[in-house]
Amino acid sequence: MRQWRITRNVSLGIKSLLLHKLRSFLTMLGMVCGVGSVISMLSVGEGASQEAMEQIRKLGSNNIILQSVKMAADENAGQAPMLTPFGLLYEDDERIRQTMPSVRRTVPAKHIPAEGRLGERAMELRVVGTTPEWFDLVSRKMLAGRLMSWRDYNGRAGVCVLTESGARKLLAGKKTIGQAVRIGSNSYEVIGIIQSEQGGGAIATPDRDTDAYIPLNVARERHGDRIERGSRSTMGPGNQIPRDLVELHQIIVEVNSAEDVEDTAAAIKTMLERFHKKADYRIDVPLALLRQAEATKRTFNIVLGSIAGIGLLVGGIGIMNIMLATVTERTREIGIRRAIGAKRRQIVGQFLIETVVLSSVGGLLGALLGPALAWGVETSFGMATVVTPWSIILSLGISVGVGIIFGIYPAIRAANLDPIEALRHE
Amino acid sequence: MSLWLEKITNVPLFAQGLWRNTIMPQNSQTYNSTDQDDLVILRDVHKSYMMGTQEVHALAGVSLTFRKGSFWAIMGPSGSGKSTMLNLLGCMDRPTSGHYILEGYDVGMLDDDRLSELRLRALGFIFQSFNLIQQLTVQENIELPLYYLGWDAGKSARRARELAEMVGLEQRLTHRPSELSGGQQQRAAIARALANDPSVLLADEPTGNLDSATSVQILETLVDLNSKGKTIIMVTHEPDIAAYARSCLHLRDGIIDRVEGAA
Ligand SMILES: Nc1ncnc2c1ncn2[C@@H]1O[C@H](COP(=O)(O)OP(=O)(O)O)[C@@H](O)[C@H]1O
Ligand SMILES: [Mg+2]
Repeated sequence: MRQWRITRNVSLGIKSLLLHKLRSFLTMLGMVCGVGSVISMLSVGEGASQEAMEQIRKLGSNNIILQSVKMAADENAGQAPMLTPFGLLYEDDERIRQTMPSVRRTVPAKHIPAEGRLGERAMELRVVGTTPEWFDLVSRKMLAGRLMSWRDYNGRAGVCVLTESGARKLLAGKKTIGQAVRIGSNSYEVIGIIQSEQGGGAIATPDRDTDAYIPLNVARERHGDRIERGSRSTMGPGNQIPRDLVELHQIIVEVNSAEDVEDTAAAIKTMLERFHKKADYRIDVPLALLRQAEATKRTFNIVLGSIAGIGLLVGGIGIMNIMLATVTERTREIGIRRAIGAKRRQIVGQFLIETVVLSSVGGLLGALLGPALAWGVETSFGMATVVTPWSIILSLGISVGVGIIFGIYPAIRAANLDPIEALRHE
Repeated sequence: MSLWLEKITNVPLFAQGLWRNTIMPQNSQTYNSTDQDDLVILRDVHKSYMMGTQEVHALAGVSLTFRKGSFWAIMGPSGSGKSTMLNLLGCMDRPTSGHYILEGYDVGMLDDDRLSELRLRALGFIFQSFNLIQQLTVQENIELPLYYLGWDAGKSARRARELAEMVGLEQRLTHRPSELSGGQQQRAAIARALANDPSVLLADEPTGNLDSATSVQILETLVDLNSKGKTIIMVTHEPDIAAYARSCLHLRDGIIDRVEGAA
């Protein structure tokens, strides 16, 4: 019964709004834009944060990534030395693993540019000398074969794991697992193929599409620590190939729990500062990206949210303005209803329902406009946007609220009209 | 024409005492009239307005009893207090002092909601300018009191059709008031005023906007209603029109000048 009355009251409200279609539509327009902008702006913030989340998923949220960095100063110091020693040391890896209780494990990696060859086919590979634990920290989908094991490692086996794209280039049309490929001047047996997720962003992913993973001890044994810089075409003066002396290019540190990540990173920094004269390393904390993204999102939500909020406010004031005019216009009707026996609160209800219908229909249209705007932002500015259901629910809720807040004053004014005066109104 | 009043009175509306107990406050002062037929009682009713600093006594002590089934005309020169009196009788306003007793309640003691309730349950209004809501159809206008009474759609549609038939507007139910002649509009307004089967029908110059032929029709309708037992109080300044009533009250300067043909 009660529900039936509400339905009837709402349908009466809609009917009365339809008497002035253009006016009702123009009144709604404010709400449409307000809600549309709330939804699209929240979608930009959400998009940024989901992008960061995705990046962190690729990097590992409990990980700290240390990289060797060659300092620009060395390069520019007149005649570049033919042998530049820099970067992370085997000792660093040992120290971090053994002295820091919050560290679960570390995965050292050595990067060696080398040519991969199979018959006529060749490609530039990045040989990654690492431990089997690499695959635990940089967890990627395995496509064929198996991963490097401790048995391979301890046996110093000449095995390699290729990425999907590497396998496609090098092994195209051939048997994959068990295939022998040449890397540099050595031969390796392909034992597995995994997916790679090469990605940029604020922190590059540890893996690349051109990686070939081999045991670190094998890499040390066969390639040593002197790494030819670049390819043969970038030969230095005197036809000598410039070389870097680098022990480790990367150490991925896995921390026991996410809470310890930032403290551990600070501790590692202190430790490295003590043992390295120059800052020939870089510390990346993927989790910090998340914090940054969250802070950005918060700021974004506040700033854009207030702009959108002002939009809603303007929409609400527009509705109030029109409703006040409507009340004046319908003074006589109000008088008639009161004379017949309508109570004040029934008059309030009547007008309130009209404003709420106006604002929520405006909100609904805005909920259609919002995703469209988000799509527009995404295609024209290349910003990731994600329209979440809750943002739509939130803005619909807000639009109903705006209807009530800005409708209540005109409605009360209508209800407080003196019935006798109202009936005399022309 | 003889059938339609039965139709109205047959509708089992609020058995008077029943809604009184549920809607009206138990403790509100009730007046038990000595005579069951004393429907409306005015006791030394005053109504004054402030015009700037000056007090205008629109009604300056009116005492009168309107009996059930009577048909009154209220007459008097302009400014004599006719409209003020009708507004009071219609529970649109409260007396400044004195007592107005309707349905056993002292109207001066009731708050706005209860006044509305009383208008809704016990009174029907007919205005000089019809006062139909322009945006609503004839049927919706007639159904308006039933809507506030909480009737369901089907029942109130049936009732509206009965009433429209009664006033000869069954062909006009879906029309807007602006599509009707003045006489038709006033008949629609009468149908609306009767929808709640009021104990008193109040009319303020009901023929003021109508030509004489149509006026006669409307007045005959009122006479017919009265002959079926409906209590009617009508304000007019024309003696010709007052002649249709069975009793006549003459006001002058807010007091009763004389009373003719009291039942
Ligand atoms: N709302 C009001 N405010 C001030 N004075 C009023 C008001 N209503 C009526 N009056 C005054 O009360 C007196 C009676 O008015 P009214 O009842 O309208 O007379 P009638 O209907 O007989 O012409 C008049 O002097 C009028 O000016
Ligand atoms: Mg008057």
